[in-house]
Amino acid sequence: MSVSKSNERLIQWTFALCGAVSIFVTLGIFAVLFWETFHFFQEVPLGAFLFGTKWTPLFVQKQFGILPLISGTLLIALIAMIIALPLGISIAIFLREYASSHLRRTLKPILEILAGIPTIVYGYFALLTVTPFLQKVIPELAGFNALSPGIVMGIMILPLSVSLSDDAIHAVPEHLRMGAYALGAKRLEVVFRVVLPAAMSGIVSAGILSISRAIGETMLVTIAAGMRPLLTLNPLGPVQTITAYIVQVSLGDTPTGTLEYSSIFAVATVLFLCTFFLNTIAQRLRQSFQHMYA
Amino acid sequence: MKQITLDIRSLHVYYDSFHAVNNVSMTILEHTITSIIGPSGCGKSSFLRVMNRMNDLVPHARIMGEVLFRGANIYAKDMCEIELRRRIGMVFQKPNPFPFSIFDNVAFGLRIQKKHNKTFLRERVEESLRRAALWDEVYDRLHQSALELSGGQQQRLCIARALAIYPDILLMDEPCASLDPKATKRIEELLEKLKEEITIVIVTHNMQQARRISDYVAFFHTGELVEWGTSEDIFDHPQKQLTKEYTQGLFG
Repeated sequence: MSVSKSNERLIQWTFALCGAVSIFVTLGIFAVLFWETFHFFQEVPLGAFLFGTKWTPLFVQKQFGILPLISGTLLIALIAMIIALPLGISIAIFLREYASSHLRRTLKPILEILAGIPTIVYGYFALLTVTPFLQKVIPELAGFNALSPGIVMGIMILPLSVSLSDDAIHAVPEHLRMGAYALGAKRLEVVFRVVLPAAMSGIVSAGILSISRAIGETMLVTIAAGMRPLLTLNPLGPVQTITAYIVQVSLGDTPTGTLEYSSIFAVATVLFLCTFFLNTIAQRLRQSFQHMYA
Repeated sequence: MKQITLDIRSLHVYYDSFHAVNNVSMTILEHTITSIIGPSGCGKSSFLRVMNRMNDLVPHARIMGEVLFRGANIYAKDMCEIELRRRIGMVFQKPNPFPFSIFDNVAFGLRIQKKHNKTFLRERVEESLRRAALWDEVYDRLHQSALELSGGQQQRLCIARALAIYPDILLMDEPCASLDPKATKRIEELLEKLKEEITIVIVTHNMQQARRISDYVAFFHTGELVEWGTSEDIFDHPQKQLTKEYTQGLFG
């Protein structure tokens, strides 16, 4: 009796410990991130960091204006969204509203294969296949550019965007569709005038989560976008994203404790705050959406 | 003598091999309320969904027999189910307003018919809400979300939405099942008034309700039409023992 009771307690503590590990690791990451960022801002003024237009931490003339990295990150994320969102929503509509259940069961796993491809493969695909192909169409396209990894990233996050849009469309109750059909609506009208508007907050949430995924993506942009932190919205030339910069410094021979070294923590904090903010909004939207049809 | 609106002849409905409606023949007369009663799973909802071809949307549903709407077979090749559903409206068991404003809900059926004239829409929305006895409760908040209404109000909104496109027949699938007695009473009063303009076929579980509002009653059991006739026939002088037992509440 008492043996089984103490066993019970042992098991309980083991599980609690496992849970605690994940919390402590997260807190540890936060602590390092914020500590190094704090160091960085003791030497670089916040204003110069947030509003500076030159990012040259590895040059003799060091400048720490993050705007070029932000513009590079957003430019590629934007291109990815232009591909992933319309395509993702259309595929989700097709799978949910038009495809037979047999076709849906066949297509979905195929789509999910896309999610299983390592991102480095996407990187080489962008650099060695998509860029040369695009250069035939747009001769002025640079070898490293924002356009090609942007497009490939759009394809890469397509499974996510499809699956989240699909969830949103699936969550629209069947009786709303029936209500529209009973009023003499055609299938296209049911989809565009009832299902999509009713799923809108879920779809917006899907879009935000996809953006969040896009700005955090690293390997693809490191390989194919070039390493030039330029403040530009020109998709044809090279750019550098926040993540690619972190890779560049981490792989280089930058000594720890230097300003360049702590700069990667500062930009990582910016990245973290952005994705945290986006994920929170998306979460809120999802909850309000689920609440609506509860 | 009232006109026959729907003439159902030897109707069968199958879902795969399940025989949901078995050889039903009956008629629905204009400007009357016909109640379909019977225990759960007796095929009454299936029967209802045949009449505006909502059963087309159910996978594996198969229909045999004829349904004549004013003499025309609704399952004929040249019959357009979209057009048919605009003439034969439907109200569902669970109120299903769209997550739009009250106004947009009522205007939905008109807008998909490409009727966008603002004055026309405003007038028709008001008229429909009045016909559904909802106008006085919502006239000052037409642009608020329909989901904020109470269950009974939502159901009357769905009736208004159906009435807005001037159907000849309104099919109602247990419209009061999720409503409290007060909201139910309002809907019943509404139906009494509406039958002067349109024909109503209502599926109900509630024997008292069927008795209160119906001109005609059809009693279904295991997919078969056991008996149908006037409300007095069915409730006071049933021909079949089964009908008698069911209407007296001996099984359900």
